[in-house]
Amino acid sequence: MRFSGLRVLKEGLTGNKGWTPHWSNPEPKAEYDIIIIGGGGHGLATAHYLASVHGITKVAVLEKGYLGGGNVGRNTTIVRANYGLRGNSEFYSHSLKLWEGLEADLNYNVMHSQRGVINLFNSDGSRDAAARRGNQMASQGDDAVLMDNAAVRKMLPYLDYDQTRFPIYGGLYQPRGGTARHDAVAWGFARAADQRGVDLIQQCEVTGIDVVDGVVKGVQTTRGPIRAKKVGIVAAGRSSQVAAMAGMRLPVESHILQAFVTEGLKPIIDHVITYEAGHFYISQSDKGGLVFGGSLDLYSSYASRGNLPMAEHVIEAACTLMPAITKAKVLRSWGGIMDMSSDGSPIIDKTDIDGLYLNCGWCYGGFKATPGSGHVFAHLMATGNPHPVAVKHRLDRFRTGVGVMDEEATGSQHNLH
Amino acid sequence: MRLPCPICGERDIREFYYQGADVALNRPAPDAGEQAWQDYVFLRDNQPGEHRDLWQHESGCGAWIVVSRNTVTHLVSGAVLATDIKRTQA
Repeated sequence: MRFSGLRVLKEGLTGNKGWTPHWSNPEPKAEYDIIIIGGGGHGLATAHYLASVHGITKVAVLEKGYLGGGNVGRNTTIVRANYGLRGNSEFYSHSLKLWEGLEADLNYNVMHSQRGVINLFNSDGSRDAAARRGNQMASQGDDAVLMDNAAVRKMLPYLDYDQTRFPIYGGLYQPRGGTARHDAVAWGFARAADQRGVDLIQQCEVTGIDVVDGVVKGVQTTRGPIRAKKVGIVAAGRSSQVAAMAGMRLPVESHILQAFVTEGLKPIIDHVITYEAGHFYISQSDKGGLVFGGSLDLYSSYASRGNLPMAEHVIEAACTLMPAITKAKVLRSWGGIMDMSSDGSPIIDKTDIDGLYLNCGWCYGGFKATPGSGHVFAHLMATGNPHPVAVKHRLDRFRTGVGVMDEEATGSQHNLH
Repeated sequence: MRLPCPICGERDIREFYYQGADVALNRPAPDAGEQAWQDYVFLRDNQPGEHRDLWQHESGCGAWIVVSRNTVTHLVSGAVLATDIKRTQA
């Protein structure tokens, strides 16, 4: 079924009886050309681009829970391309361009909203850093506007500018940044992949990876063994667990990141705002809830829930930046498992095992990368060669030390990126 | 989460600095080679469940401690001084 305005009108007038499920629920086959382990945003995007760009449709996405039930269904929905380092800057630029054509590509409303991202800075030093980053973004061909205090004050009149502790000096504004409806992104990719013949197999946990003489042969699952010529691990916070099935250790430590949503409010925040001094960011969903978060809890964890000290810290930052928020009630908070890489940048590469590919290390920035990650990973798995915008996301950069991409220059400590 | 500092007793987690997995106690020799140094600096087991990691009681006694805890339940089962472990290793 193709979605269109006419279709919505027709269904609306005929009792909405014509809608069908967005994807099928097939039994696993005995063999596929490619198996993707992980039915989250990146895995589903990979399947979509394998089918749509490379014409490879004998593909299965294996998901132990339900599609989009991991980090793609529980993030703060921000889309941006404001990275500085070569490698990351062209990759995220590529991803943002894919976002801009995504709804037409998928025939699905992912509610991509280019409402603009503003990174506030709070000192002379951080203004210089923002200016430098803005220049890097501009030289990449993306948009960046350095705004002074007066310009930010005009655009975001509801912030507290007169505080003495972290005064707002200005902001780096990316008009093309924004948000998207996170679940719809997973659903849109799933539907598009399914329509081209990809098998999306839920409730199917991979329990082993079959490797014979250094060549991958398939996987063992809770629904039986499945053979495959190529296998891609796209398991986010669970990447180390899956890679261990193939005897690999990864440069990854899993950490919790919390996020928070308030009750629905009338429109107040029109953009995405980040607050450097408080390590805090906020936007408002289309339902009206204020969506915000801050740092990692900073210790490794698989618990999917955070502790109260970071909740307190984040809410203190919210109240400092935007005193009006003190009247809002937090409806819910949650924690997700982040695959923190050693240098804060992702890994999209082959492994030493022939036919086994790896896509992980997205830290807490994986959502905006979803189309880009799927696009370049599909290219790698289909052709055997890295996509031109992902040549630097190599796994061996940690062994050789060549091309480590430490965006924030915090060293090899996983939780500091 | 509260951590049992062997010197100060059980304290709020905000008093502690988290370094990472306890690999720091097993620093390879300078000439151990690329693979050993990659294992030490970058690679981690990172499996869910029982885990040992290195913390410093930054806002307390300043001691470096090795905490045993479960990364799925957040239950903390104990902590020992890192110096005691190094002494046993020596």
